[in-house]
Amino acid sequence: MRYFIRRIFFYVIALWTAVTLNFIIPRLAPGDPVQTLVGRSQGRIDPRAIAALELQFGINTKIPEWQQYFSYLGDLLHGKLGLSFEYYPTPVSTVIVSHVFWTMGLIGVASIMSFILGTLLGVVSAWRQGSIFDRIVPPALTFLSSIPYFYLALFFLYFLGFKFGWFPIIGAYSFTADTSQFSLSLLFDVLNHAILPALTIVLVSLAGWMVGMRNAMLNTLSEDYVLMAEAKGLSNWRVMTMYAARNAILPNITGFALSLGFVVGGSIIMESVFSYPGIGFLLFQAVQNSDYPLIQGIFLVIALSVLAANFLADIMYLILDPRVRY
Amino acid sequence: MELLNTHGGKPAASPKQTSNNMRSMIKNLAAKLAMPQLPKSAMFWTGIGMLLFFILVAAFGPLFIHGDPNAFSNDSLAPPSVKHLLGTTLTGQDVFSQLVIGAKLTLLSGFAAGVIATTLSVIMGLVSGYLGGWADDVLSLITNIFLVIPGAPLAIVLSSYVPNTSVWPIVFIVGLTNWAWGARVLRSQTLTMRDRDFIQASKLGGENNFRIIFFDIMPNLIAIVASSFIFTTIYAILTEISLSFLGLGNILAVSWGNMLYWAQNSGTLLSAWWWFLPPGLCVALLGSSLAFINFGLDTIVNPKLMMVPSKNRGKKAAE
Repeated sequence: MRYFIRRIFFYVIALWTAVTLNFIIPRLAPGDPVQTLVGRSQGRIDPRAIAALELQFGINTKIPEWQQYFSYLGDLLHGKLGLSFEYYPTPVSTVIVSHVFWTMGLIGVASIMSFILGTLLGVVSAWRQGSIFDRIVPPALTFLSSIPYFYLALFFLYFLGFKFGWFPIIGAYSFTADTSQFSLSLLFDVLNHAILPALTIVLVSLAGWMVGMRNAMLNTLSEDYVLMAEAKGLSNWRVMTMYAARNAILPNITGFALSLGFVVGGSIIMESVFSYPGIGFLLFQAVQNSDYPLIQGIFLVIALSVLAANFLADIMYLILDPRVRY
Repeated sequence: MELLNTHGGKPAASPKQTSNNMRSMIKNLAAKLAMPQLPKSAMFWTGIGMLLFFILVAAFGPLFIHGDPNAFSNDSLAPPSVKHLLGTTLTGQDVFSQLVIGAKLTLLSGFAAGVIATTLSVIMGLVSGYLGGWADDVLSLITNIFLVIPGAPLAIVLSSYVPNTSVWPIVFIVGLTNWAWGARVLRSQTLTMRDRDFIQASKLGGENNFRIIFFDIMPNLIAIVASSFIFTTIYAILTEISLSFLGLGNILAVSWGNMLYWAQNSGTLLSAWWWFLPPGLCVALLGSSLAFINFGLDTIVNPKLMMVPSKNRGKKAAE
């Protein structure tokens, strides 16, 4: 319980840091973001939008910084993230909500698949240390994960999507699909569009899980209790899964939670390549259009979801590792 | 005071035995860790060879390239030929020259970001692990916060505010957002070193904290520091390339990431393979050379990873 309270305390501080960073960055940035925006829009911007932006970023205002900070915190508590410039006058929160679902679904499923597959491969690789499998698969996967992600993704897009035409190459569903109501054909359409992005994510992230699990498992394999289990004549399968792998998986689980941040970051590139209408693509477009309120809002949402995922992993750790529950 | 015995006081018979054992153990350990004992695996040396090749190209390649790699010419999208070894871009720039010149910026920015991140992680990790107490609490808290705040989105947000006049803002951003994992690993390793006898001895010898941390503890963790440096460098190179590819860097500089950016934005990705293929392949080879080196370093940090499969298990698995 003490552990639990300490973790909650930690996440409150982490959340506060993310929120504060979000407040400070636009104010510390060189130049005037609002003027940049006005310049880029070539006068096509609503004066009210300029006023709102200046208020949000603390430009041309006599309100002291600390007062701005507290009104910013107050707005956040009410879910007010400002108005998007690109989609003016839609609130940032509305824009984000309509995109976040796609990223969560795709990235979530792909990372869980990659984690499970990579961990299993790691278990096999460690169990057969020095075998041909162990000599070839880890370096090969490492090479795959050293390729810049977008590069690999573009290859898949070109060959599997464009040349062979096996998979759709753009979006999360067909333009012709009827999205007004749920139907089985819509589900298949969405799944069909998700295969290629998911496949590329799994391929580049597999190596990390595999090598991590392999190394952790080599440590547990040399423990006496594994030798003891073998001496007792337990089946190979039982020794491998219940004795060696079970004790080796904990670091990988912590790694999984921490990796979510990287994965969400990676989704920006994935979604830009596949034009997938998720939050990463939204961030990319927001950056291109200098839609600062939207950029700020998306960063906050990403930070929040990564913190939440980490918190879940902590709870899982609590269940899996009795040593934490002192 | 058992630790005085290691300095050869006048101990009783049995403690002397243990202290001698302890001393030889530490000696062995120090010899194992601090000496430049290089891994023998073929993978490690392949990685070193590949990395050396890229460093040589980056350092001396520009001497063989005459003229401006960004200079336009009338040969638009010419396929590879004797005149243009790797063909030309849409505006007739020589791809081979760009590739060679671009190596320098790509390597330099990757390693620079790696150095920034590693320096931060060494300072934060070792200091918090060694000092303990409230200093450890504060530094660990900062480390853990940086660990959970997603680095890549933060880097993108920061780079959208910073003017893209050079690559260095990106290098700093990547360096500043990627040190936390290394710091955490080093902190936990420092915790296991803190109470070793040779550290206690230095303490009693009146060494100050700075010397103990950086001259007594750090040499023993050098393999881990090197490994985390390489890991961060790989990540930095990939992040830098990706940010450039998205057009968030200085798009006028000659680097592999920018070559990919222009190749993709020209809409000739599929027809002009000689433009798009080489830079990506070079990044992949550079990244894997570093990853292979890391494999080798891992076997020093953790000898259990060396290729000595247990005989029994091999037999049982073969059955």
